[in-house]
Amino acid sequence: MSTIVTVPPRGRPPAATRVRGSGSLVWLAVPALLVFLAFGVIPLLGVLALSFTTWDGLSQDISFSGLASWSAVLSDPGLPHALWVTFLIMALSWLVQTPASILIGVFLAGHQRYRTLIAVLYFIPLLLSSAAIAITYKALLDPNFGLGAGLGLDFLAQDWLGEGPLAVGVVIFVVSWQFIPFHSLLYQGGVRQIPRSMYEAAELDGAGRVRKFFSITLPQLKYTIITSSTLMVVGSLTLFDLIFVLTAGGPGDATRVLALDMYKRGYQANLMGPASAIAVILVLVGLALALVLRRLGGRDASASQLEGA
Amino acid sequence: MGLPLGAALAACGTSGPGSTSTSGGGGGGATASYWYLSTEPQEGVRRRTMERFNQANPNGKIVGTTFQNDAFKTKIKTAIGAGEAPTIIWGWGGGGLRSYVQAGQVEDLTSWFDENAAVKDKLFPSSFGAATVDGKIYAIPCETMQPIVLYYDKRAFEKIGAEPPQSWGDIMDLVPKFNAKGIAPFSLGGQSRWTNMMWLEFLFDRMGGPEVFQAVFDAEKDAWSNPVAIDALTKMQDLIKADGFIKGFSSITADSNADQALLYTGKAAMMVHGGWTYGSMKQDGGDFVSSGNLGYMNFPPIDGGKGDPGNTVGNPGQYMSISAKATAEQKEIAKKFFSTEVVSDKSAEEWVGTGAVPVIKGSEKFFTGSEDADFLNFVVGIANNAKVFQQSWDQALSPTAAEVLLDNIAKLFQLSIGPQEFATNMNAVIGK
Repeated sequence: MSTIVTVPPRGRPPAATRVRGSGSLVWLAVPALLVFLAFGVIPLLGVLALSFTTWDGLSQDISFSGLASWSAVLSDPGLPHALWVTFLIMALSWLVQTPASILIGVFLAGHQRYRTLIAVLYFIPLLLSSAAIAITYKALLDPNFGLGAGLGLDFLAQDWLGEGPLAVGVVIFVVSWQFIPFHSLLYQGGVRQIPRSMYEAAELDGAGRVRKFFSITLPQLKYTIITSSTLMVVGSLTLFDLIFVLTAGGPGDATRVLALDMYKRGYQANLMGPASAIAVILVLVGLALALVLRRLGGRDASASQLEGA
Repeated sequence: MGLPLGAALAACGTSGPGSTSTSGGGGGGATASYWYLSTEPQEGVRRRTMERFNQANPNGKIVGTTFQNDAFKTKIKTAIGAGEAPTIIWGWGGGGLRSYVQAGQVEDLTSWFDENAAVKDKLFPSSFGAATVDGKIYAIPCETMQPIVLYYDKRAFEKIGAEPPQSWGDIMDLVPKFNAKGIAPFSLGGQSRWTNMMWLEFLFDRMGGPEVFQAVFDAEKDAWSNPVAIDALTKMQDLIKADGFIKGFSSITADSNADQALLYTGKAAMMVHGGWTYGSMKQDGGDFVSSGNLGYMNFPPIDGGKGDPGNTVGNPGQYMSISAKATAEQKEIAKKFFSTEVVSDKSAEEWVGTGAVPVIKGSEKFFTGSEDADFLNFVVGIANNAKVFQQSWDQALSPTAAEVLLDNIAKLFQLSIGPQEFATNMNAVIGK
């Protein structure tokens, strides 16, 4: 984000300010570093250690068992399935959310009348908790007492959460419904940072609305797209509450994503070792995806998109 | 949480009984903590039972905290693992209790029951099975016995002009008749998974007797591959394939009581469910129960089955254990609670008021005058006639095996795996 909203200063800052600044900057980072260490790094190391043990989560004795948990997890056909479902939901919800968010963000960035009002209404899903959203959709989609049965609309009276492919579709729809407003907000901010002079120049060259969108808006939003995509991808890796309430991983195991798999193993089946192994896999996959997305943004992160503006 | 922990710390600091350092307001003394489930009408009975105890024992009170069913199951495990369990650990006995016992987290009550034979005599002997691990008693049976029964809507049977099923063959014959009238034959809250499991419990028992599941429980190799088990699983899938269950059953949860609503709104004709749903259908179903439209019976026999049709499945009771981590004072308070209010006539009477049969002997005297007398007598009849009261499988097995079981049952009902694959998957976790 910061690369979009701030124009990087050209050239080096004066030497004097650099020296004076560096000492205090390190000191300022200490509280954040301590919090990160206590709530990020140390639990992570704890989980890594737990993944080499056998523990039921109840007793005091946690016994070291080498790679037993890892081989149990890696040989379980449930793991590739959970990975597949996770990536499927990740990819499809990205495909749905990104174009929609960009279009809505561009629309909301305009200055026409009533847009603020529409925008406020539109952001309401952001204010609701995932559990509340899931319970509401569950009630609406109930095949016997839901919207379809109530209104007598046959096409709405599908067994939405009872058939595998439909249930995956519903999860993607609800996730998108919930998070498109947030990503639209990012894009709205991104669009507003694009200098008007670029559009004016394009208009002088005779570019229409569509051409301006594809030639100016979209390229200028490159970093916003990367930021938003990173949030979506990493977010859908840890997607848990919504699915847990909506389908509990069902029907069968059709929506059993990795995070849910971890919870069920750890807290329902009392297998903390394998659950920790899955947690480690989640962390690794998340880190790898975030790195890939950063790479897509180009190695030279300081390059300005506003050259010539 | 804060209070019992504080009490425990204070007791450590001053060493020895009679510590008054924790005295809050009135009488003072140590307090014991107690977590219980929040659904009404049961919550009220639990709370009043505790309050009566506290009034009689101002020097050793119990502090209660309520939780929702599924939240409780996770919370209690986490708290026990973290060494912060409440003094009184409420649960369903069986495999869950066994895992606490193996972790050394609950008190052995065998000798206490020997010394307090009067307390033991007040309770139904069959309820102690799920409280016993390796011959020792680790919990006191409490509250009510909840057999699973077959409920039906008499209005639906009038519509198709048929009688309630007397055999599995009758069930299969009824399915197309109800479907033709636009009524689902059976309601089912399939997303909850244990709801599907109740069906298998009956099929296994009626076809092969209790031995079939006992072999699984005793960790016999490949016990799930028993031909009777395969046959039962096949019959189960036959009923699903014949549209025996309401459309969309796999997305219906039992926690929301939507499965019961299907029965009392006339959308489904029958339902296999726990005894506790009688009370909630009476509360939520308008005049469905009071006008006598609700019928109930034990699960019918299966043609050619070896099992005794009098047997039942379900929860023989609920259970209270004492945390091994509690202080001596807290343990005393809990034991006093067990020997007084938990088994008192007053609490038996209140449990009868919820439309359920208490595990306390001699509760029948409270049935007279109750508008639920018919149902209560029916439940007592089942409990008395059952040679075997099979505990719910997921409660009987260890949490690890139970989770795999529920997972595979969900897949079986989704028809995504067949009986053989189910047996193979389940054989892999036998004894775990």
